[in-house]
Amino acid sequence: MKHTPVMKEKTGAFSFAARVLHWLMAAMILAMLFIGVAMVASVSALHEWLLHIHKPLGIAILILAIVRFAIRLRRPPPPLPEDLPMIQQLAAHASHWVLYGLMIAMPLIGWAMLSAGGFPVMLSESLRLPPIVPVNPIAFAVLRQLHTYLAFLLFITFLAHMAAALYHGLIRRDGVLASMVSGKRAPTFSYPAIGTSEADRHRSKQKQAVRIGK
Amino acid sequence: MNNPPSAMAPADHFVAWAFIVGLVVVVAFAFGYVGGWLAPDRLTSGRIVNQFQKNAGVFPGYRRNHAKGVCISGYFQSSGGAAPYSVAEVFASGQRTPVVGRFAIPGSNPYAPDSSVPIRSMALRFAQANGQQWRTGMNDTPVFAVSTPQAFFAQLQAGQPDPATGKPDPKKLAAFFASHPETAAFRAWAKTAHPSASFVDQNYYSLNAFEFVDAAGKRHPVRWEMMSETTDADGTPTAPAGSKNYLSPDLEQRLAQGPLRWKLMVTLANPGDPTNDATKAWPADRTTIDAGELVVDSTEPQASGPCRDINYDPTVLPDGIEISDDPLLPARSAAYATSYLRRTSEEAHLPGSAEASVKSKSEIKS
Repeated sequence: MKHTPVMKEKTGAFSFAARVLHWLMAAMILAMLFIGVAMVASVSALHEWLLHIHKPLGIAILILAIVRFAIRLRRPPPPLPEDLPMIQQLAAHASHWVLYGLMIAMPLIGWAMLSAGGFPVMLSESLRLPPIVPVNPIAFAVLRQLHTYLAFLLFITFLAHMAAALYHGLIRRDGVLASMVSGKRAPTFSYPAIGTSEADRHRSKQKQAVRIGK
Repeated sequence: MNNPPSAMAPADHFVAWAFIVGLVVVVAFAFGYVGGWLAPDRLTSGRIVNQFQKNAGVFPGYRRNHAKGVCISGYFQSSGGAAPYSVAEVFASGQRTPVVGRFAIPGSNPYAPDSSVPIRSMALRFAQANGQQWRTGMNDTPVFAVSTPQAFFAQLQAGQPDPATGKPDPKKLAAFFASHPETAAFRAWAKTAHPSASFVDQNYYSLNAFEFVDAAGKRHPVRWEMMSETTDADGTPTAPAGSKNYLSPDLEQRLAQGPLRWKLMVTLANPGDPTNDATKAWPADRTTIDAGELVVDSTEPQASGPCRDINYDPTVLPDGIEISDDPLLPARSAAYATSYLRRTSEEAHLPGSAEASVKSKSEIKS
């Protein structure tokens, strides 16, 4: 079985800008999720303190997500390893779109829900964003609940994303994690995780399918 | 020597998988802990509001506390007196700011008789021209019973009706007050307090301390009071005997004669005056500023009035007013937000809101 010629074409990595944005936003979004659930539950001074971080941080994430999406359109990310099982490829793509969708939707929903609730959307003591939907208690309730449910979806997707990244990095060792960490995809001549002959057969079938697909 | 990746032993896989699964579990548990779901002993906004519901039942669409009330509208005419202490637009000299407010009585039952509690409340939302808002919720008691959210929750728990009698257990209440000596000032007030026959002749107090911020960025700890300008010629009015709902008709009657007025009196703290303890009044000799006049010119029922969908969260403040270190303020904000979400969700008939399961509970009270 000769993987090497095919795989060499696939050694690529995320651009520097994409990697910086990824890790910066990963920290921001994870912080945001914890801030969100903490501030809603908290009755201490933490409540106000976190609330004052939550809103400007959310808008910062919205802006960065739009920038990142634009970068992604101009420089598409490196493809996944061709021997990755179809179901995992699907899961990877779906989860990435969920993450992109939510990092844009969550701040907008938060902004809209405060607008619908009639609250001034204050990013600081004096900086106020205009409302983006008219005041309406029904809309507030729907958007506010949606904000919570989508936060849970975002958190679960984050966990899956983190677990999958570590699976690629520690078990498959296929360079997928490296392409986001160091910008270089590790040599991909072997796949220790699926070292059984059955997996090899499966992999070469997939590769054929990909080639035929081209 | 480095093993080539292909030589990774099954034991290494096990370690790697254990690490991945372990990390996911740890992060998920941390999330659950921070969110309060895995910390059942921590006081959360949800638990405070649940306790209100346990005490009085659930009345869908209504505020979880101060459920019975009426909307009022009018404006605030600034005298400019507070402008040297706060840059808030509402205090600029000559500034007129529209106000939507609400008079109410404490308690979760919107059908409670007006005489059921001796306390009346006034909530206001000042909508500044620059889009910023000042929201405040005041009571006609100069001090609050407790100083911390934990004590407030304990007081609510002590007041939970005994299923056998349908009334709070006097022993539990006595035990609460015995273990909370900070309630003494409030209890002294409550001893002589009678349910007023009118919202209008009452003075309303901010209870919590706040901070005004002036143009130089200097902070001034303050409390404020809406001082009624209504004086009844024939002394304190008395409530009509046998009536459960006399406050709202009284208000309507008085408004038919013309607008009603309160003076906004702002008290500046002296150094050392407590800003984090709503049970302690400040000495009477503190500097007090006349900041302007609240003019109320109309009232509407809360079910159809403009105050219905307003959460009078006292931490919604314009530039120039900030919260103090009073621990009740964040708790009020958090609990009001939970109450607001529940009642608007009920209004929207969202799944999981307390629409269907309320009948039996509300029968307890009414």
